[in-house]
Amino acid sequence: MIEARNISKSFGQKQVLKNVSFSTEQGKTTLIIGASGQGKTVLMKCLVGLEEVNSGGVFYDGRNFSEMGIKARKAIRTEMGMLFQGSALFDSLTVEENVAFPLSIFSDKSEEEKMERVNFCLKRVNLENVNKQYPSELSGGMKKRVGIARAIVMSPKYLFCDEPNSGLDPITSHVIDDLIQEITHEYNITTLINTHDMNSVMNIGDKVIFIYKGEKWWEGSSKNILQADNKEVAEFVGTAKMLKQLQKS
Amino acid sequence: MLRENVYRASYAYKVKTNFNTDYLLSPKAYTVHPLLRLETWNLGIGTFSNKFLKVQSTHSYSIFYTFAERIMLTYFSRTLTHIGRYYLLLTQVFSKPEKGSVFRKRIFEEIDKLGIDSIPIVIIISVFMGAVMTIQAAYGFQSPWVPLFAVGVTARDSVVLEFAPTLVSLILAGKVGSSITSEIGMMRVSEQIDALEIMGVNSASHLIFPKIIAAVFITPFLILLSMFFGIMGGFLFGTLTGVVTPFEYIYGIQYDFKTYNVVYSLIKSVFFAFIISSVPSYHGYFTKGGALEVGYSSTTAVVYSSLLILIFNFILTQLLLA
Repeated sequence: MIEARNISKSFGQKQVLKNVSFSTEQGKTTLIIGASGQGKTVLMKCLVGLEEVNSGGVFYDGRNFSEMGIKARKAIRTEMGMLFQGSALFDSLTVEENVAFPLSIFSDKSEEEKMERVNFCLKRVNLENVNKQYPSELSGGMKKRVGIARAIVMSPKYLFCDEPNSGLDPITSHVIDDLIQEITHEYNITTLINTHDMNSVMNIGDKVIFIYKGEKWWEGSSKNILQADNKEVAEFVGTAKMLKQLQKS
Repeated sequence: MLRENVYRASYAYKVKTNFNTDYLLSPKAYTVHPLLRLETWNLGIGTFSNKFLKVQSTHSYSIFYTFAERIMLTYFSRTLTHIGRYYLLLTQVFSKPEKGSVFRKRIFEEIDKLGIDSIPIVIIISVFMGAVMTIQAAYGFQSPWVPLFAVGVTARDSVVLEFAPTLVSLILAGKVGSSITSEIGMMRVSEQIDALEIMGVNSASHLIFPKIIAAVFITPFLILLSMFFGIMGGFLFGTLTGVVTPFEYIYGIQYDFKTYNVVYSLIKSVFFAFIISSVPSYHGYFTKGGALEVGYSSTTAVVYSSLLILIFNFILTQLLLA
């Protein structure tokens, strides 16, 4: 379980996050949604420790990540996997080297065992025969899938996805969403997704947190979000509602 | 220098007089005149709790700066900031590698990238550098009182003492330095460094440490290569153009040869290699923004590296030869 307790974050005079608190459940997908510039990415960076919080704390299964030293943080980070907005694959490495990278650093597996695990992960994200290709030779959707394979190769307990659908067509977005949800349930991972794509909210969100002006504005299930009586949430999901009505009609 | 006619502008509260007081300075600046600037520093006094200051009192202090003083202070504070961040980065860099086998592999990759790939450019530059030095020396020694072998002596000493270590290092600062900054800078802006951090890898050590080791190891070899090809270039073009005979040139390069000169050059090259690898890495690592900023960082890195090479060239020459 990941728990954020009263997280506040400022850059200079500008306060980006104000007392944000929430918790996520194991084996469930939690979505952080909100318009651009509301603090979603900063919140995710605070959760994974790429930004330090000014006050409050982040807890991983009760362990206070914000107060930990470098060594203790390293141990927790080996339990994390992250899919970045731009995939963040290492340009100089091939697909299989990218996926094998965490194993090369943190495991004592033999080359055969590593390759077996790499092939398993690539197969799990429906990618085959791309092992020797470089990231520059892949499409956006394929890069995302390699990113997911790299994120799950160490069997993480916590999976973070920052805008997993950005730059993808609707069909590929749907494929990536399904893949994340399947992996979450299959490996019982605590997954946190940062998105502004309402299709993802409807498809895979077990729990939704709406961020507005750096504050947690609304929290609930994806089923309830269309009926939310909050003005800002209603405005945000308005387009999705409209689309749904169009589909019904 | 600074007009320190500091005066208290206002009081908000009385100062709390116990030992648990902390201070917070917040600056505000007003331009009174294009050449005169009023800077007001608000001083908060209180106790820090959870990284925020619970203010018990605040004070304002104002200082007038002239334009020149302001520019000087800005550059001074910027330089100090860079030195501080560079030092902190190096403390991160020089830490135990995550895994020995991966680290060794990275070192060999960097030796290939930074050293082996630079061999052709080093050879070309050195040959022409030696050729020009020989022709210039011959042009200067046209007097019948100066023996012809002095051309060889001059070409050898110029190449060994100065041109091979310094000129080649400056060329490498441009070639290797910009490549290092672009590589690390692009990794920064495309979140690859964040990806390393999330995995629990010390990104500074993983990316920069192998580069420094590779550069410090391979640069002296490049400098030795440069010395050889510089002297050979002088021989080739000197004899082809007829400014010196082969016998006189070979006698000249052997005449009064001091091994210490080569040692001095190699010591310099180790320092220069450290600058060439660490300064561009620093600029790349702290790049923010996109492709435009990566380009800007590369230019800045090359300028700073070249300047530092010239400064250290003077310091080391003074220490080792004076």
